[in-house]
Amino acid sequence: MKKMNRRTKVVILTAVMAVVLITIYMIGIFMPEDAVTGSFLNAKRPPSWAQPFGTDALGRDLFLRTLKGLSVSMTVGIAASLISAVIAVIVGIAAATGSKWVDGFINWIIDLVMSVPHTILVILISFVMGRGMKGLLIGIAATHWCSLARLIRGEVLKLRGQQYIAVSRKLGKSSKWILVHHLLPHLAPQFLVGLILLFPHAILHEASISFLGFGLSPEQPAIGIILSESMRYLSAGMWWPAVLPGLTLVLIVLMMDKLGDNLRMILNPHSAQE
Amino acid sequence: MPLEAKNVYFRYDKKQPWVLEDRSLILHRGERLALSAPSGYGKTTLAMLLAGYLKPTQGRILLDDKPLPQKGVCPVQLIYQHPEKAINPRWRLRRVLEESGELREEMLDALGIERAWLNRFPGELSGGELQRFCVARALSCGAEYLICDEISTMLDAITQAQIWNAVLKEADKHNMGMIAVTHNKHLAGRIATRIVDLTDGKLRL
Repeated sequence: MKKMNRRTKVVILTAVMAVVLITIYMIGIFMPEDAVTGSFLNAKRPPSWAQPFGTDALGRDLFLRTLKGLSVSMTVGIAASLISAVIAVIVGIAAATGSKWVDGFINWIIDLVMSVPHTILVILISFVMGRGMKGLLIGIAATHWCSLARLIRGEVLKLRGQQYIAVSRKLGKSSKWILVHHLLPHLAPQFLVGLILLFPHAILHEASISFLGFGLSPEQPAIGIILSESMRYLSAGMWWPAVLPGLTLVLIVLMMDKLGDNLRMILNPHSAQE
Repeated sequence: MPLEAKNVYFRYDKKQPWVLEDRSLILHRGERLALSAPSGYGKTTLAMLLAGYLKPTQGRILLDDKPLPQKGVCPVQLIYQHPEKAINPRWRLRRVLEESGELREEMLDALGIERAWLNRFPGELSGGELQRFCVARALSCGAEYLICDEISTMLDAITQAQIWNAVLKEADKHNMGMIAVTHNKHLAGRIATRIVDLTDGKLRL
């Protein structure tokens, strides 16, 4: 068999990771509500073959609850990072192509938002916006666009001064043609990779804010809620409600992060024949 | 139908000194002019002014007694010194050529462009190979005047000869006017019908 080149391997690996993530998400979404209702008869059981993550203090199967919780967290993560990324692109392009005044103002806002710790800002915004799913979404979306916006601004500024853009203009191409054919293809990978790398941030913030009690309401099976509940029983020797869902969250976040990195590599033309 | 610089002054910023002061230049079609001067005499600036990439601070650049057109394909095309900067690194080279018009087989042959290169990305070719694409791109858009800003400075002798042969042949065929910016006196003597030295103070031709 012909030896696979590095690029093919990365593509396959990335596809596998994407399938795993989508599967987890789908299982969580289509899981009926009564699958995570429990009875006190099975309360506080340690992990076993039938219940790989054990059960919690109310007798609910933690494995199913974790899957359900992950899909809720992923929904929040995807929505928040998508909104964030779109804001970033619009703001970034506006800063790079607008007047000096607009650029200065946007940079000032970015510095302002980035100088306040994310968690505090998300708590404040989420609290003002009425907590729950909506508050959390707005809170995360409003705080995560800054670094990507700055990246896109820099990229557009750099591209505008490129010789090949000037040459394209002299070859009779319109500004719109140049935007579509020269600028956007450069920004698309930045946008996509930025979007995917925002996701781990968003999901971790969602979990931590829910854990602190400012995010999703306690009846929703989010990862942050599960972890927050588990703290009460940790001192009683119940380690599994904290460790196993926590590990799963870390695993998902790492996978997403790796997925973003791989995608960046695949989209980079310098590694096209590697 | 000449390309003309009329009493051109240029500086990059109000606080900066003049790069060009009261320069004038006329180039007719079919004429080949070599422009030489040591570094810092504004050769590249003059090239960019003539091709419409920069606007003169004072004075005018005229083509057939009219200013250079702002829209459409510019009849004055500039080939840069550094081809790797003048090509979009995310485009396959076939697309780079197609940006200026149809691919022409005899042009590829004349410049020694191998067909396999067309499907490569710019990062995978050398400077000499990329410069051939820049030359092909500038030649195939139907330009009347060609300005070559030290296009062969970083190339080996064989590649230089090949590129210049192709450029001269194409320029003759379409009766193009050409300005070659170069340090190389021998090259200037070989290709040009007229040599201008920017160190000769005020340039009035």
